[in-house]
Amino acid sequence: MNATTAAPARPAETGAPTAPRPVPARPRRSRRALAALVVRYVLLVAVLLVTVGPFLWQLSTSLKGTGERVFGYPPQLLPRHPTLSHYADVVDTIPVFRYGLNSLLVATGSALSNCLLGSLAGYALARMKFRGRALAVGIFLATMIIPFESIMVSEFLMMRSLHLNNTLLGVALPTAVTGLSVLLFRNAFRSLPREVEEAAVLDGAGEWQRFVRIALPSVRGTVSVVAIFSFVFSWDDFLWPLIVLSDPAHCTLTVGIQYLSGTFTNDQRVIAAGTMIAVVPLLVLFFCLQRFFFRGVGEGAVKG
Amino acid sequence: MTGRRWYVPWLFLAPALAVAITFFIVPFGNTAVLSLTDASTLGGGHFTGLDNFRRLAHDDQFWLSLRNTALYLVIVVPLVVTLPLLVALLVQRRIAGIGFFRAVYYSPVVASMVVAGLIWSWLLSSDGMVNSLLRGLHVVTEPIPFLTDAHWLLAGAMAMTVWKGLGYYMVIYLAALANVPRSLLEAAEVDGAGAVRRFWHVTVPLLRPTMILVATLAAIACAKVFAEVYTLSGGSAGPGGEARTLVYTIRETGLGLGGEAGYASAMSLALFVATLGLSVLVTRLNSREEQA
Repeated sequence: MNATTAAPARPAETGAPTAPRPVPARPRRSRRALAALVVRYVLLVAVLLVTVGPFLWQLSTSLKGTGERVFGYPPQLLPRHPTLSHYADVVDTIPVFRYGLNSLLVATGSALSNCLLGSLAGYALARMKFRGRALAVGIFLATMIIPFESIMVSEFLMMRSLHLNNTLLGVALPTAVTGLSVLLFRNAFRSLPREVEEAAVLDGAGEWQRFVRIALPSVRGTVSVVAIFSFVFSWDDFLWPLIVLSDPAHCTLTVGIQYLSGTFTNDQRVIAAGTMIAVVPLLVLFFCLQRFFFRGVGEGAVKG
Repeated sequence: MTGRRWYVPWLFLAPALAVAITFFIVPFGNTAVLSLTDASTLGGGHFTGLDNFRRLAHDDQFWLSLRNTALYLVIVVPLVVTLPLLVALLVQRRIAGIGFFRAVYYSPVVASMVVAGLIWSWLLSSDGMVNSLLRGLHVVTEPIPFLTDAHWLLAGAMAMTVWKGLGYYMVIYLAALANVPRSLLEAAEVDGAGAVRRFWHVTVPLLRPTMILVATLAAIACAKVFAEVYTLSGGSAGPGGEARTLVYTIRETGLGLGGEAGYASAMSLALFVATLGLSVLVTRLNSREEQA
């Protein structure tokens, strides 16, 4: 791979994106810089093809007419007779809107509960001193160390004895608030300055008012990060819904879309249309909110 | 501070603690108890001591899934530590359109594993894009049986894992690269170090903690791999289930009709110990190298 040699070509000019340096005027240097820039763009496009190519090919397949070739060499990249009929086939084959609504319910519920319960707990852990705090932190840390996959069998047995298997509530409850959400909120509340809070105390604000009026509005960035991550995690989750939902009528989109391949259809065009229905809303959401995504992941990684 | 009643913090904590305890701590304890019984999914079960663990030692399916999972880890972790770093270096510079490239590189992360699995099973099918390209380039004459041979299925699943994780780990590296002080790189440049030397002797040492973090995250994710193999094989884990992973075997053993909840719980504990061991191992290796 020539990526190894070209990618780190000019690390000296990077690192502080906010302050672009004036380009040196020496011509020999600038010609080399131009060549490096061209190489960089070529590599960028190459990685682009690898990352987004599979989506585009799937999109193209979903639009191909029934008479068109979807197999073989050379691959036919663009549909000759584009049609939306396979999307209609998906809707006829599985109750895709119902599945989408189920996914939306679970994901929205997860985003709301993670923000609400996570901020409450994170606030207590960050701003209050009390006996047993270390124990509470330990419990949240433990939930991050225990892989969900290692408790899924007894989790399923528990859901069944609670009569929550085959319900959306059963899908949502285990991740209603995660240790990660709590700890993200704790970090955010910790970094708030004491002075503001003390002023509020002097003004006679109680604990609850300080939380709602002062603390929560100051960590809006974290609220959006936790909301987005919980939403996407719930929307994408596959293993737990697959276990807890056995009735096809209550499926979320990820589980329901599985039925397209194999059980209901052998037409790759219809499967492709189904995957597009499952992924496009999320990609649109992501591209609208991508600034928050990158800020959030960055912050989390920096703070460790 | 103000005179607060002792229970106020617990009121704030109660809902989150209730969820964590009910849906993590209790099931974990229950898993440990079940692992010592012969309980079925339907209930019941008697105390059988360490029988389940003795049985594990001689269970071919269990060892096969353990071996596949280990293979997965050994191949995928180095790829996930290096490739996203190279991509991060590629998108690090603020040049025109770089925000677009970063966002697009991240899009596989957003797509669910099922969607990725359906797309990749299409890419890797015997008439799919990958085989078409390889045949067109005369790399192979016969299509590679990605979906029907256990080893090729694992290889395909690994490629899918790397593809899907690329953007995620890229962002982690980007954050770390932003913290590499420019003064150090400029000092090295003044000293006459070329780009490659600056990378190896300045950037990489400073990135070490991040690389360790990425390795740990990737290793734990590999230990839990399930959806890639499940979706690529249409739920069968390849012919005879030979591409099975640990989580696949746990699900197959412990759930469904006639599931052996007790025995699967013993496997689950093995998974827990494996993930815990991996994090401890990586931390140990790290501190030892730092001392040396």
